[in-house]
Amino acid sequence: MTQSWRLPEGGAIDRSRPLAFDYDGTRYEGYAGDTLASALLANGVHLVARSFKYHRPRGIHSAGAEEPNALVQLARAARTEPNTRATVQELYDGIVAGSQNCWPSVRFDAGAIADAMSPILPAGFYYKTFMWPPTPKWWLKYERAIRRAAGMGRAPGVPDPDHYEHQYAHCDVLVIGGGPAGLAAARAAANAGARVIVCQQSPHFGGHLFGIDVGSIDDRPAADWVDGTIAELTERADVTLLSRTTAFGYYDDNLVGAIERLTDHLPSPPAHLPRQRMWMIRAKAVVLASGAIERGIAYANNDLPGTLLAGAALTYVKRYGVRLGTQAVVFANNDGAYGAALGLHEAGVRISAIVDVRQESQLGGALPARARATGLVLLPASVIARARGRLRVSSVDVVPRAGGAAKSFDCDVTAVSGGYSPAVHLFSQARGSLKYDPMTASFFPDASPWPIIPAGAVNGHFSLAEAIADGEAAGAAAVERAGLHITGSTPAPPTRRANPVAVEPFWAVASHHRRAKSFVDLQNDVTVADIALATREGYQAAEHLKRYTTLGMGTDQGKTSNVIGLALLGEQLGLSIPEVGTTTFRPPYTPVTLGAFPGHAQGPHVEPTRYTGMHAWHEEHGARLVNAGLWKRPHSYPRPGESEDAAANREAHNVRENVGIVDVSTLGKIELQGRDVPALLDRIYINRWDTLQIGRCRYGVMLREDGIVRDDGTTSRLDATHYLMTTTTANAVSIMQHIDRLLQIDWPELDVYATSVTEQWAAAALSGPKARKVLAQLVDIDVSNEAFPFLAVAACRARIANGDISARVFRISYSGELAYEIHVPSSQGRVVWEAVLDAGQAFGIMPYGTEAMNTLRVEKGHVVIGSEIDGRTTAADIGMEKLVNPTKWCIGKPLLTRPALNAPDRWQLVGLTAQRGAPMPRGAKLVADPDRATPNPTLGHVTSWCFSPNLDAWIALALLSGGRSRYGETLWAVSPLADAKVRVKVGPSCFIDPSGERLRG
Amino acid sequence: MKRYSIFSLVGNALSGHQNWPLAWRNPSPKKQYDVVIIGGGGHGLATAYYLAKEHGLRNVAVLEKGWLGGGNTGRNTTIVRSNYHLDPNAHFYDLSLKLWERLSQALNFNVMYSARGVLNLVHTPAEIDAAMRRGNAMRLNGIDAQFLSREEIATRIPNLDCSPNARFPIVGGLLQPRGGTVRHDAVAWGYARAADSLGVDIIQRCEVTGIRIERKAVSGVQTTLGDIGTSKIGIAVAGHSSQVAAMAGVKLPIESHVLQAMVSEPVKPVLDTVVTSGAVHFYISQSDKGELVMGGDLDFYNSYAQRGNLPMIENVVSGCLALFPSFGRLRLMRTWGGIMDMTMDGSPIIGKLPVSGLYMTGGWCYGGFKATPASGYVHAWTIARDEPHPLNAAFTLERFGEGRTIDEKGAGPYPWAH
Amino acid sequence: MMLIPCPYCGPRNQIEFTYGGDATLRRPAPDAPESAWVDYVYLRDNPCGPHDELWYHGAGCRSWFKVRRDTRTHQILESATIDPPQPADP
Repeated sequence: MTQSWRLPEGGAIDRSRPLAFDYDGTRYEGYAGDTLASALLANGVHLVARSFKYHRPRGIHSAGAEEPNALVQLARAARTEPNTRATVQELYDGIVAGSQNCWPSVRFDAGAIADAMSPILPAGFYYKTFMWPPTPKWWLKYERAIRRAAGMGRAPGVPDPDHYEHQYAHCDVLVIGGGPAGLAAARAAANAGARVIVCQQSPHFGGHLFGIDVGSIDDRPAADWVDGTIAELTERADVTLLSRTTAFGYYDDNLVGAIERLTDHLPSPPAHLPRQRMWMIRAKAVVLASGAIERGIAYANNDLPGTLLAGAALTYVKRYGVRLGTQAVVFANNDGAYGAALGLHEAGVRISAIVDVRQESQLGGALPARARATGLVLLPASVIARARGRLRVSSVDVVPRAGGAAKSFDCDVTAVSGGYSPAVHLFSQARGSLKYDPMTASFFPDASPWPIIPAGAVNGHFSLAEAIADGEAAGAAAVERAGLHITGSTPAPPTRRANPVAVEPFWAVASHHRRAKSFVDLQNDVTVADIALATREGYQAAEHLKRYTTLGMGTDQGKTSNVIGLALLGEQLGLSIPEVGTTTFRPPYTPVTLGAFPGHAQGPHVEPTRYTGMHAWHEEHGARLVNAGLWKRPHSYPRPGESEDAAANREAHNVRENVGIVDVSTLGKIELQGRDVPALLDRIYINRWDTLQIGRCRYGVMLREDGIVRDDGTTSRLDATHYLMTTTTANAVSIMQHIDRLLQIDWPELDVYATSVTEQWAAAALSGPKARKVLAQLVDIDVSNEAFPFLAVAACRARIANGDISARVFRISYSGELAYEIHVPSSQGRVVWEAVLDAGQAFGIMPYGTEAMNTLRVEKGHVVIGSEIDGRTTAADIGMEKLVNPTKWCIGKPLLTRPALNAPDRWQLVGLTAQRGAPMPRGAKLVADPDRATPNPTLGHVTSWCFSPNLDAWIALALLSGGRSRYGETLWAVSPLADAKVRVKVGPSCFIDPSGERLRG
Repeated sequence: MKRYSIFSLVGNALSGHQNWPLAWRNPSPKKQYDVVIIGGGGHGLATAYYLAKEHGLRNVAVLEKGWLGGGNTGRNTTIVRSNYHLDPNAHFYDLSLKLWERLSQALNFNVMYSARGVLNLVHTPAEIDAAMRRGNAMRLNGIDAQFLSREEIATRIPNLDCSPNARFPIVGGLLQPRGGTVRHDAVAWGYARAADSLGVDIIQRCEVTGIRIERKAVSGVQTTLGDIGTSKIGIAVAGHSSQVAAMAGVKLPIESHVLQAMVSEPVKPVLDTVVTSGAVHFYISQSDKGELVMGGDLDFYNSYAQRGNLPMIENVVSGCLALFPSFGRLRLMRTWGGIMDMTMDGSPIIGKLPVSGLYMTGGWCYGGFKATPASGYVHAWTIARDEPHPLNAAFTLERFGEGRTIDEKGAGPYPWAH
Repeated sequence: MMLIPCPYCGPRNQIEFTYGGDATLRRPAPDAPESAWVDYVYLRDNPCGPHDELWYHGAGCRSWFKVRRDTRTHQILESATIDPPQPADP
């Protein structure tokens, strides 16, 4: 089929570039410059979709982003896309698309049974039924059927092959809308020296002028003015023109989100181009020249394919050179629609009648006069009572408003105009108030606390000359709001004419056909009767109406329907529209592709990944890596054929027998310098610090303000006024912030300087009875027990493959063995790691991962953040009450006296040993009787567990109610999830070397 | 109350649906009520309903400054669950779930409780332990829970990226089968209709501007529609609890923060389970209409503005695509913000306030919607008997001073951290 | 996204900052009664309107500073460096 409905000439399409496309399995042809909708219409295809609820046949209704009906599925392999508006999808060669929400086809849709059943499916019917049989299971069954019927297009089943990017931009004046008002504003602002960005949602600037010959400016065709202005703006370096870019949201402090579509119109998107670019534009002032959106009039069967908004009909005829049908009826309540009537007439579409709700006396405008002079039939004070047809409108019944017999007019196109709704969405998002103008039945922008200035049709200036004048004034005003100097006087905005298109508010034709539906919201199938029903039942707030009927909740967000719905609600209640109120204009203005929001923060980059200085070595040596916050850490180093658990057991055993090394670079490290460091430490740790000597380190516990343990770690005194604090991996950032806050806000008198050096130092812990022998080969200091005892700290040189480097050595132990931490600059992490392994080879050294580290610390009864320190435990709960220094204050201490924190049934840290060698279940809870009926009171829970290769038993740390008084008791560790229960014996939390001989030896 | 059913639908179809009665009256306030509930959201309406139904108190008014269900009842992600670790939370939220299970029938209004399951994904070995600990606690409390392996999850939710190479690889998940979703607006409407039919006066567009106190006991409220006398006031205005409590001179351990939620365009069914992930701060379900309903973290600053900002939307969608890479080409259709009462331990405050005759239910943090029935139930009990129900006995205002905080997350007195 | 005026660096996007909560809280004296500590740690005015609060420019100068911001609109009314500390309540 070849474009049999294309006019022989005219339109802004490129007839030298025919493009083939496929819709619902039929091959068609269109031209470059077409949208999918205009190309379908050029081929006589009006029926493109089925409606959401009743599956009624639907055609193309608009020519823009407000489209409620023509939502199609783009079939494009992995690039398939549901709910694409055919009216904005640019045609490209080979496009394959089809209708959605219908089966087996859009012409014969089984779902249309819903239309037949519609008498029992009024608004909100689902709230009144599906409640029997009275069990949740039955609703699930009903719901399954409802869900299958609902939804619209189909989601892709594979990951999106495209990529998206973000762009931050700053400007003096952002102009939203590239029509005449927007272009005039941009030019005025640019002439005043402002940096300007202009966003235009369609591919071409000029707004409704583009491709449509409407009037002239300065005795030149309007299109020439547009071209001239664009040329002028393009030349300026400080003006950015963004086409195919929709400003979708207005956020705090004048940040406008805009989405630029770069490849959606290309047959094969180049791999290097992002599909879309999300702009975050911080503007000093914004000109909102977003235009106005035409709305329809509700009458029976006003949803038949062939029914379009009048402005859209004109657009298809003029911009796309499409002859929409053979004969048309135009239905209007304003002068604007007469332009469409004349345009259709000139294109050879016979105008059966122009049905106008207004009285004869109101039809004195220029356009009605021209229509009359052209010989078109005008039927004043009349309405369309009903449209007829099945898959396309075939005739309409027209009746006088005063009453009388219906007269039928044949037509295959109905062009409707119920007036214009200014696109105030972003103004409203900018916390702007709206003012209702009863004469034009429209909400206009009123006032915003932010510098956003409406211009053009959104501001009520519909004529070309006024729009341009208003744009110029808005541009100049924006420059002033942006704080730039204006030379000369600011032009005054034109006075808004009282009723520029002579609208008579009119929303719906009273229907006398009970079964014929008059639609308000075409996408969600909300009818006039639905609105009346909602009102009758008490859903009378605007938001109740919307939520009960789903009015305006579709992908078009009610752009063509919301005002009609509010007006009908007002009529029902006897209230004016402003008394009914508006619903909220929530972002985004039009739907935005999800992928654009994260931009490149997707896949592996969804969050940054942190690597230690030794990471490459771990990878090369078969480490199994796990996430620890944003870090990657080795879990274990399984040998070929070895399981992870076996590897961890081998590694843990080797630490107790020989020596092991573990990467602990992820520990938070904070350098503290100044005279008052001990004072700071005294205030943030529970224990005492003014006694710490140079070259020594100490374990400390920090509390939150509420007395609960916040973090633990060691702090070392490297020099008289130089300290190094370590924090847990998880709290590294928050402790740094905490210290900054204390030093800057609470105690600025303290002479302490703090800086995070987590990233700057790599750290490895060398543990095991042979650790000293290994270390001795590596460093240039005496590491004998006498010279370098437990909790000693020293700076030294460490020997590496080709030379030596400076390092710090700390004699601290997490494993409970003789152990040292070696800190070196991160860049040296790997070479030192390798040097240690070389030095340790003779002593049976093995690297160990977090799993073996966990086993070792569980055996030793050492607590860890997130397990034993779970945000609810006090120092006493974890057996550290003796650490709380009684002679000084510290953060959190005052609230430790609260009664519940000292109750005898507090959950306290204990050790558990599984009886008879049974494995400890994961995440086990502790109970007295595992077989008791639920609710079975919990006495506590296992916080950490492991198989101890050194004790040859399953052991655990646990928090247990009154735990320390239960040593020797036998309880049950149960996991109903795993259907497991194990008898456990309660004891102290330290299983190995309780007196600490190993680590001090 | 005229009952709703398929028969009433068919019957009314014959008369063109012209004869449906008002779902609730629009009465003018009386001079005096036995109980005044401030706040016509789900919690306030549920409180009124249970006062009338369970305690025979029918001279009750619900005062709403805007429209019914216009606060967080209409601004949430509709998820219901009782998958809590700590006993007070588990017992309280499971009462709620039990009430949800029968609520459509109890109210004769289909609130569409969809027991499609709530799955918390876990991504590290430590998270497996924590999730199993919580699941075991649930099971011991008689609450349903299952631990699913990665393979079971991959089968159940084919769109989920279960590959081991994912940035946050899925290693398992804790499923509560009875968890799911409820049609949020229907909850407010259903309770309103049922309460109204029991004689409760629901008064919309009536803002409380002051609380009258005589001799340390409440004696009435001042409103934009005049003074109303009462000796018992229940506050159910989560989001604005601090403001209303301040009218009675009560300061609360609450900060108000904005939480955003968003929906995609509707598509045919692609997700049958509610999926959440703590690691990527994200939760998602698919509405019956086909929209993907998503949420994540707070915007992290005090706010009453009901508007959020772009960075958190980026985070939420980024979390979405990390788990569901095939959703990338769907489009975001609508975003909105709700105001959360964030308490200092992440748990609600339900009970008596230190003024005689003054009660509150609030401080819901993220969790208010799912609590609606139980909140109304125990709040009504507390008001009627002037003593807490065993299930809200732990949720007192005094618990902070006593050290009995109920800190599920262990995040401490930093309200935005919960 | 708010534009937060760091008193040291100038206006910067909100994503560079961390929120620090109510700036009017003053830590009680070490020997203050427990009830004073309970109020300090837990109770908040939580105003619906201008709110004095703390922000931390973590991705910038690492300074804590004060902002007065309207919680109804997110409009920032002023920002300031931290004043010299006030003596704790007796």
